[in-house]
Amino acid sequence: MPEDPEDKCCRSDHGISRRDFMSSVGVGAVAAVSIGNAPAAPAQEIEAVSNVLTVNLRINGSLRKITVEPRWTLLYVLREFLGLTGTKIGCERGECGACTVLIDGMARYACMTLAVEAQGHEITTIEGLMDGEKLGPVQQAFAEEDAFQCGFCTPGQIMAVEGLLRQNPNPTIDQVRIGISGNLCRCAAYQHIFKAAAKAAELRAKGGQA
Amino acid sequence: MSDYYEELEELLRSASVPQSSQPQEKIAPWGETRIVGKPLPRVDAYEKVSGAGQYTYDIHLPGMLYAAILRCPHAHAMVKGVDTSAAETMPGVVAVLTGKSPGADIPWYGSRTPSKLFDPHCRYEGDEIAAVAARTSYQARDAVKAIKVQYEQLPFVIDQESALKPGAPKIHESGNSAGEPRVTSRRGDVAKGFAEADVALEETFYTNFQIHVPMEAHGSVVSWDGDKVTIWDSTQGVYDAVLMPFAQTMGVPMNKVRVICRYFGGGFGSKLELGKYTVIAALLARRTGRPVKLMLSREETLLAAGNRPDARMTLKAGVKKDGTLTALQLTSIGAAGAYSAGTGVGWQVGELYKCLNVLVTESTFYINAGRARAFRAPGFPAGNWCLEQMMDMLAERIGMDPVEFRLKNLTEVSQSRNVPYTSTGLKQCLIEGSKAFGWKEARAARKSDSHIKRGFGLAAGMWQAGSGGPPYTAEVRMFMDGGVTIKTGALDLGTGTKTVACMVAAEELGIPLENIRIENADTAVTPYAQTSGGSMTLPGLTPAVRRGAWLLKRQLFGWASEALGVPAEDLEINNNSIVSRSSPDKKRTMQELMRAHQVNEVIGIGNRDPNPANRAINPFGAHFAEVEVNTKTGEVKVVRLLGANESGRVINRKTFDNQVHGGMTMGLGYALTEKRVLDRQTGKMCNLNFHDYKVPTALDVPVDHQVIAIDPKDTECNIVGCKGLGEPAHVPAASAIANAIYDAIGVRPTHGPIDPKMILELLSKKKRG
Repeated sequence: MPEDPEDKCCRSDHGISRRDFMSSVGVGAVAAVSIGNAPAAPAQEIEAVSNVLTVNLRINGSLRKITVEPRWTLLYVLREFLGLTGTKIGCERGECGACTVLIDGMARYACMTLAVEAQGHEITTIEGLMDGEKLGPVQQAFAEEDAFQCGFCTPGQIMAVEGLLRQNPNPTIDQVRIGISGNLCRCAAYQHIFKAAAKAAELRAKGGQA
Repeated sequence: MSDYYEELEELLRSASVPQSSQPQEKIAPWGETRIVGKPLPRVDAYEKVSGAGQYTYDIHLPGMLYAAILRCPHAHAMVKGVDTSAAETMPGVVAVLTGKSPGADIPWYGSRTPSKLFDPHCRYEGDEIAAVAARTSYQARDAVKAIKVQYEQLPFVIDQESALKPGAPKIHESGNSAGEPRVTSRRGDVAKGFAEADVALEETFYTNFQIHVPMEAHGSVVSWDGDKVTIWDSTQGVYDAVLMPFAQTMGVPMNKVRVICRYFGGGFGSKLELGKYTVIAALLARRTGRPVKLMLSREETLLAAGNRPDARMTLKAGVKKDGTLTALQLTSIGAAGAYSAGTGVGWQVGELYKCLNVLVTESTFYINAGRARAFRAPGFPAGNWCLEQMMDMLAERIGMDPVEFRLKNLTEVSQSRNVPYTSTGLKQCLIEGSKAFGWKEARAARKSDSHIKRGFGLAAGMWQAGSGGPPYTAEVRMFMDGGVTIKTGALDLGTGTKTVACMVAAEELGIPLENIRIENADTAVTPYAQTSGGSMTLPGLTPAVRRGAWLLKRQLFGWASEALGVPAEDLEINNNSIVSRSSPDKKRTMQELMRAHQVNEVIGIGNRDPNPANRAINPFGAHFAEVEVNTKTGEVKVVRLLGANESGRVINRKTFDNQVHGGMTMGLGYALTEKRVLDRQTGKMCNLNFHDYKVPTALDVPVDHQVIAIDPKDTECNIVGCKGLGEPAHVPAASAIANAIYDAIGVRPTHGPIDPKMILELLSKKKRG
């Protein structure tokens, strides 16, 4: 029986694949569609959700203390409060991957992770792959292989490949395809992303030197 | 609002692009090139892979507020009252805007389908009713939900049958039809043509609505300083699409409006016009005295930011046994949505193949759904869908190979305009493409006996624009150390505009690419460029850049020639000096030359030359597809694609390939998965997310996707020799996949998208006979 490529590239130690993760979140966001149709929420409910609490987030190696509403996503906090706008907003419902970051080394959607949930975990964003002004190997590979067009989904694609390579340093092309299948690219630079992933594996093997 | 689509259509229908520039001194075509044509990484690659590139969505200003829009939840309704009192007192809310707010009574959608910024008559699910500005985006969305609206729901129409039947609920006072059917192409006499035909076939085809869904949502950040306003906008054109219509709409002088879009997250035609969101953000910003950011949600981009209209096309075609086309007759109709938009599809029918007798009749109607906008080669993938499937049907009937049949009917004259093309590489696309694809061998091979059927298909295509033309201005500035900065108002949509502009300047100046920097799309800083659309930016902008670089070089070489006593033709740029080729010891640094003339920089202002008179300039392509169809499940797997495209000179082979991959993949989505689903009970859209609106993922594209670049060595089209690529790279792909599916299963998939259900229906129809 052929090996399921997903086994090697997308399964975390806790046994949650990105695909499972996606299907589990599909329902929750439906309510957001009925914009304008919903009755006004009673005032006390609005007050209740604006309660705040303090979380300690370890982001790109440094600890950040921040006051959040419980409903705020990691994506929101990264962009709005920490200025880490490399992580993009694409759909805010776990379907496009533009907000992909690493949580404990695993590629995750920051839009589907609450800031309060992220506490106690190691979070890496696209900015965290840099060494000062120097690009990391996956970033370098994406630049060399022209693995983007408009570039908006690119940080997410890079984080997906980074997460994949951390678990599987030598993925097959099918493992790469599955590894980035949760990251949409409407410009459809997929062919060059496949090449970049292979190149990135090569660069990482050489210790990140181009 | 001006309707970009219709203006573009009108512009393109006319025989020539309006020419405004004066003729300039002739520049000879390049011989061998050093930089142009090479596969090079982009000049903005670092910003894009590091996360440093700031898109509109990333703009963050001190004190900035966040806005959200309340949209009509019904397909058709009259707003009887809007109560914003609860919303206004909610935490964080700073301002609420409705149609009754001062300055918000703004007409919209032009004279044909008049409406307003906030129109109480809501004509589709998504029409704007009110907006809120609050301290956080969460608070803005909460407040929008707290606005109480009284609706009178009206009966709605969402398809041709219900919209055009007598007594149908009227969307506009003028009714649901946009007018009598229009003859958009007429040549010869089709009745005579059909009489001469040995075979005449007629078939009705349908293509569904496709939605742009760029990864960056539509939106703006607006900040006023007194009577001056700065707008960061996710737009395809800072000048035509935002600055000019905004100035007109808001009654602000153009020089008081600054529009910026340095990094842009995709548009595909949906960001060619001024958005209501921009004006709403501007009104809220003026009212609150604070910058306002208004980005649409993903749901809103699917609902209310444009789409490719559907098309129902009946095509009748006549052919002689020897493969000569005798007549083509197309009748098409498409739904513009709730407001005026173009739905024409027929241009290729009258242009792509030699045919003496052509008649194309087109019409448009309105439904209670989101309005169409220009979408990557408006009308062309749909028109191609019917024409290229019909070409295969004819070829089969007369027993000719589809490649041979197309080759037999090629033309080097633009029949619609009755002038020759400056170049057409379609023949080479078909020949080289089929050779590389292994067309003959593949088609001759026996088909599988299992339930997985393999098929091979092709389609040819072209794009109506792709010539570019004036006006475009590029500023090429050299510092005294020899470093160069280009300034252009043009957007880089992701096609690589900035990179090719730098390559063209480097080529002309004879300096390394690394010595050139480009700044773009800021109306306060960069000179005029047209909106990026129509595959016109590359051939519109790069000749202006070459002209600017040439003028800069001429100035410097003139000074150096005088100082050194050598002819200008003997000079070249070497690092920060100008050196004599014949005696390299004769040289001057840029600094010496500039100091001698009391300047610290030299600037070349390049204007786009006019296009040649009495010539048509069009890009072409032929696409090939191999598919596997699972006849038990109806699933289609595209296992191989090949694109052979001719867009004049290739400037950068990396971005060229990328564009063909991307264009064809968007065609794959159009062929197989992308459609708008409206609920018949409520008229509401059902697939308002990426789960249900399916764009191709990494698992849907084949790994084997070859690109062939045909260079016709066109020295006539412009001084760079290039034509546009973004759209012709998309046009024939879906049709090629449809033809491959027919080859696999022997039933023609006339209606798109061809989903598994449709395949199974086709197969069962075939079984029943």
